Amino acid sequence: MITDSGLAALTYGLGAIGPGIGIGYLVGQSVQAMARQPEAAGMVRTTMFLGIAFVEALALIGFVVFFLAG
Amino acid sequence: MIPLAPVFSLEFPPLTHIVQWPAFLFEDTAFAINKVVLVYFFAIIMTVTLFVLGNKKQLVPAGAQNLAETSINFIDDIGLQTMGPEGRKYTPFLASIFFFVFFTNIFEVVPVIQMPASARVALPMLLALTVWFVFVIVGIIKQGPIGYFKNSLFPPGVPPALYIMVVPIEFVSTFLVRPFSLMVRLFANLLAGHILLVTFTVLTAALWVADWTAIFFPLPLFGVIFFVAFEVLVSFLQAYVFALLTGVYIGSSLHDEH
Repeated sequence: MITDSGLAALTYGLGAIGPGIGIGYLVGQSVQAMARQPEAAGMVRTTMFLGIAFVEALALIGFVVFFLAG
Repeated sequence: MIPLAPVFSLEFPPLTHIVQWPAFLFEDTAFAINKVVLVYFFAIIMTVTLFVLGNKKQLVPAGAQNLAETSINFIDDIGLQTMGPEGRKYTPFLASIFFFVFFTNIFEVVPVIQMPASARVALPMLLALTVWFVFVIVGIIKQGPIGYFKNSLFPPGVPPALYIMVVPIEFVSTFLVRPFSLMVRLFANLLAGHILLVTFTVLTAALWVADWTAIFFPLPLFGVIFFVAFEVLVSFLQAYVFALLTGVYIGSSLHDEH
């Protein structure tokens, strides 16, 4: 039986896929950049956290919506 | 007067307290005090204490001054990277934001308290609105009221016909989405972390019975230990991201886009 909260949880799980892929790609590319140019590591790290913050916001909005719906 | 058991986590509170703590002072008024409000007070006192103790100007720093100087260096770098040299003026503001957010977050894992005050939406909302007011007012002062709104709503280099689409998008993303995402990021991260810790603690307690499943006892317990360490990282990272984004937003008001 499909309940409302089960559906909300399932939908949040689906919504977390995109940000998951996004953060993985972002951090992977940042690690590559830091390995290639260690002297730029500080700048890359700041930008990486900035990007993570923006991407992660989507997953977290999904989390809040999950609470509102479930 | 103050119920010691739930405030100091001496007993396991009812699960509904994840979203709502009962008030125990001045109930039913706007100034009702519950556990979360006490955590706000603690965080304010700790932030002020850090600023006062760190303000000693010894040549060879020791103790609190050492900590304060290291962390101010760190926050100075945030301002420098996001706003350029004139961002140094905003280091005190960024430092207050960073330490206050960090202290309210870290109470999530402080043993006898274990309540992140940022997991109630009121505090992140207030902080996000403060940041919102600061970056709008800084923009109005630096670029003039007309210049600021012209620069932030009408980005240069766009064909004039497209402005009918670009202006609403820029308005929503700059003036609505920025404070909203700042609020939701801090709030949801800390609430999620708190629920995670509660889930694993309840699981550990529920499995604490003699049974053949004894072999699984340690797993949720290790989960609790691991997630406590993880939440320390999250508390720090969220404070860092909050200060970083504050810097980015103020920086975007300081310089118009060319």
